[in-house]
Amino acid sequence: MKIVLQNLTKIFPSRNKKANDEVIAVNNFDFEIPDGKLIGLLGPSGCGKSTTLYMISGLQKPTSGRIFFGDDDVTEVSTENRGIGLVFQNYALYPHLTVKQNILFPLQNLKGEDKMPKDKMLERAHEAARLVQIEELMERKPSELSGGQQQRVAIARALVKMPRVLLLDEPLSNLDARLRLQTREEIRRIQKETGITTVFVTHDQEEAMSISDMIVVMKTGIVQQIGAPQDVYDSPANLFVAKFLGTPPINVFEGVVKGEKLYIGESAVLDVKGAADQEVMVGVRPEGFVLDAKGALECKLSNVEVMGRDVSIVSTHPHSANPMIRSIIDADNKVDVNVGTVRFTLKAHKTFIFNKETEERIYFEVK
Amino acid sequence: MAKEIVTMHARNMREITGKQRIGKVLYTAGVYLFLLVMAAIVLFPFYWMIISSLKSLDEYRMSTPTFWPKVVMLSNYADAFTTASLGRLFLNTMYVGVVSTILSLVITIITAFAFARLEFKGKETMFAALLATMMIPGELFTITNYSTVTELGWINTYTVLIVPFLVSVFYIYLLRQNFLQIPNELYLAAKVDGTSDFKYLWKVMVPLALPTLISITILKMMGAWNSYIWPRLVANDDAHRMITNGLRNAFTETSGDVNYPVQMAAVALVSAPLFLVFIFLRKYIMSGVSRSGIKG
Amino acid sequence: MVESKQQWKAWLYLSPAIVLLLVFTVWPIINTVRMAFLENYSGLKAAGGMVFEFGIGNFEKVIGYRRFVNCLKNTVLLCIWTVPVSTILALLIAVALNSIKPLQKVLQTIFFLPYVTNSIAIGMVFAAMFNIVGSFYGTENEIIVTAGIINNVIQFFGGEPINWINYGSTYTANMFVMVVYIVWNALPFKILVLLGGLQSINKQYYDAAKVDSTPRRRIFTKITVPLLSPMLAYVVITGFIGGFKEYTSIVGIFGEKMGPPDDAGRLNTMVGFIYDALSTNSQGRASAAALILFGIILVVTMINMQVSKKRVHY
Repeated sequence: MKIVLQNLTKIFPSRNKKANDEVIAVNNFDFEIPDGKLIGLLGPSGCGKSTTLYMISGLQKPTSGRIFFGDDDVTEVSTENRGIGLVFQNYALYPHLTVKQNILFPLQNLKGEDKMPKDKMLERAHEAARLVQIEELMERKPSELSGGQQQRVAIARALVKMPRVLLLDEPLSNLDARLRLQTREEIRRIQKETGITTVFVTHDQEEAMSISDMIVVMKTGIVQQIGAPQDVYDSPANLFVAKFLGTPPINVFEGVVKGEKLYIGESAVLDVKGAADQEVMVGVRPEGFVLDAKGALECKLSNVEVMGRDVSIVSTHPHSANPMIRSIIDADNKVDVNVGTVRFTLKAHKTFIFNKETEERIYFEVK
Repeated sequence: MAKEIVTMHARNMREITGKQRIGKVLYTAGVYLFLLVMAAIVLFPFYWMIISSLKSLDEYRMSTPTFWPKVVMLSNYADAFTTASLGRLFLNTMYVGVVSTILSLVITIITAFAFARLEFKGKETMFAALLATMMIPGELFTITNYSTVTELGWINTYTVLIVPFLVSVFYIYLLRQNFLQIPNELYLAAKVDGTSDFKYLWKVMVPLALPTLISITILKMMGAWNSYIWPRLVANDDAHRMITNGLRNAFTETSGDVNYPVQMAAVALVSAPLFLVFIFLRKYIMSGVSRSGIKG
Repeated sequence: MVESKQQWKAWLYLSPAIVLLLVFTVWPIINTVRMAFLENYSGLKAAGGMVFEFGIGNFEKVIGYRRFVNCLKNTVLLCIWTVPVSTILALLIAVALNSIKPLQKVLQTIFFLPYVTNSIAIGMVFAAMFNIVGSFYGTENEIIVTAGIINNVIQFFGGEPINWINYGSTYTANMFVMVVYIVWNALPFKILVLLGGLQSINKQYYDAAKVDSTPRRRIFTKITVPLLSPMLAYVVITGFIGGFKEYTSIVGIFGEKMGPPDDAGRLNTMVGFIYDALSTNSQGRASAAALILFGIILVVTMINMQVSKKRVHY
């Protein structure tokens, strides 16, 4: 079932009547989530991603705009009637019920066509528990579980009724690294198998990139970019998106476009055909650097880290916006730390330029 | 999940929207109706007390009740005041209330301080023993205390109304907990500065625990105002009688042909100070009560 | 040196409390037990130099009194009626209060009002509301003048007036009045505690319940009540303790006769029995009754705690 968000806006009124400090948590969000896809809402804390999720769930009411499930307008429909599953960030497991009772709870509330006999409920509950590998914990109380186990119970509880929309609020935040990797693949697999339209919220770009069909990058309530993870990574719409995606993060320089050439400092580092003359911010992905003795970009070498296949070169440049420049090149290249300087040429498709004021992307022709 | 996957059925959202709206309106209306009816029941005795106290005796005795006095008889209040000699009772009760509250606060503060901050042998055992006495119903003490105060020759004095109840284990417990929340560093810092224990107690701890002390004061005053059993037993003479006893004694008959308007006026006069205190100090009363579970 | 100085100072701070506690708390406990086990102990006779034998005669006598059994029955009946009724009503009111926004503060204050009252004084108001001025069986100048506001209401709805507390009233009617008054008096504390408990329940459980499409009734029985169970246990235990010590509210309505004019003492309670024994200088029997009361309260509290251990969820 597709979900349509139409001009969705949420304004939190100011607490103090005199101080006019109302907060626009979500500003004019327009998006159609295609049926059966997994969407990642991504952004730093306070960007409105959770608010968006809670509006889809119905727990928060939008200030304006509409929400459709399929062709039905559900803006006025309350949470209990929307037929959704939601995994809370703090799990919100009922503390007085066992794991089994927690998972059975939503099933016992089903009405009408969805109603099922007791044995069917139990079967479903066990199936859901198996899916998240907590079958052996069924008789325990939430207080007897670790954070990760509680989170998996919460996922099972949300999944068990096979909702038509599944919402996850930072579902992996409390898992350790290994379990996080495992669980996120599990979520991906379950989602693919069930075809449940899924929206999940995270501040971890790697998590979002790795499992989403599409990601939505948000900042201060405003959608920055929507697209397939690789597309967004390869072609960020603005400096914020470019900076937010990718580990190690993108390197940013101050530069100037003059006569369709991009200058960092005095040196022309790239041809930028079609870009008008102006001051710009230059973003270069770590993999966008090519070691070249005759390269135009000269950096002061400070460290070389060999990491298996790759070599990570840490250097500095007077026009770099960050204290350090991190470039990743093939380990075949040997770099001597004692040389003092390195020279690079830049890959055109890994280099982005942005207007210095608006930080919007300036497109140029890549040969 | 290898087998067929059955997701939930589609729903008719438009129909649900309508139903849900009606359900919500009905539910909210039901909740308010219930609360307002209960509130009316709770308030009714107060309302009846006030309008009855303003009626003439003839109007009160009419077989069809009136819900607002035809003639407002303020004179009932003057009658009540003299019939029950409320003036003397007020003064007695205020005197006992104020003196016992002040003394009780002093004892509670120094005892709680000793238990919270000073080190001495047997502290834990003694505190546990103190708490254990809270389990025992007060009636058990009264029997012996009655003989004790008789032997001390305290019958029909103010002393007998004040001294036996100066120590309240519950208040000591409450204040000790409050004192313990004050960081120990403050105490040590004061020690380093050469502040005496006594000065530290009055200059630092007492101001910090003020809300609890206010709660204790109010509950203690209310206790004096409402005390009935003990004063009736040991000080029921005209000179020392407390307000509740005075009220009960002045109107011994409760049923039958009583001058109810005057009685209700007296009841209203006795209740009024409690309401005034409540209106101004609601926060302290409610926070004190929710921790104590005892009346007065 | 500092250590011993502290010791000395601590005892100085504690001395007023210790002296008072020794005289008015510790000694009474010892003495009450002593008097309870001395046959027919009486303070007056003891002052006259009489010596009493050790024994359990006081307990046997007390339990043998029909008056005592009557007091026990009244006390237990009042507890059995008032504790559940007031707890359930308070729970419903607290949950309703917790679910509304407008008027919440005002209503909360109104529901607390009965707490700041004098139980004798307001008891007199209740007595007035239930009182019949005049008589049922009246001679010519003794016909009912006013049946009391409660009876007026009953008549308004087409019922017959009931003799609640007057001459010739029934035990059931008397008890009903007492239950109404005690419940009215007990509500504020229970509502205050339960509402406090409700407000401290994490709102996320309710959000989760909404997501799970839980019907209201099920939210109440499966989420609210279990999560509130520690507070409910507290309210029930203190309710029983208070109930077994019931006395002044009966004095408030019926006066010191503790019953309707034609049957004094009909509604007397355990505490009332103790004071009656005291006023006839039978300290031995009073002590025995006080110990029995203490024992009952202890047992009931322990049973309550045992039950709540099984039922209270964390």
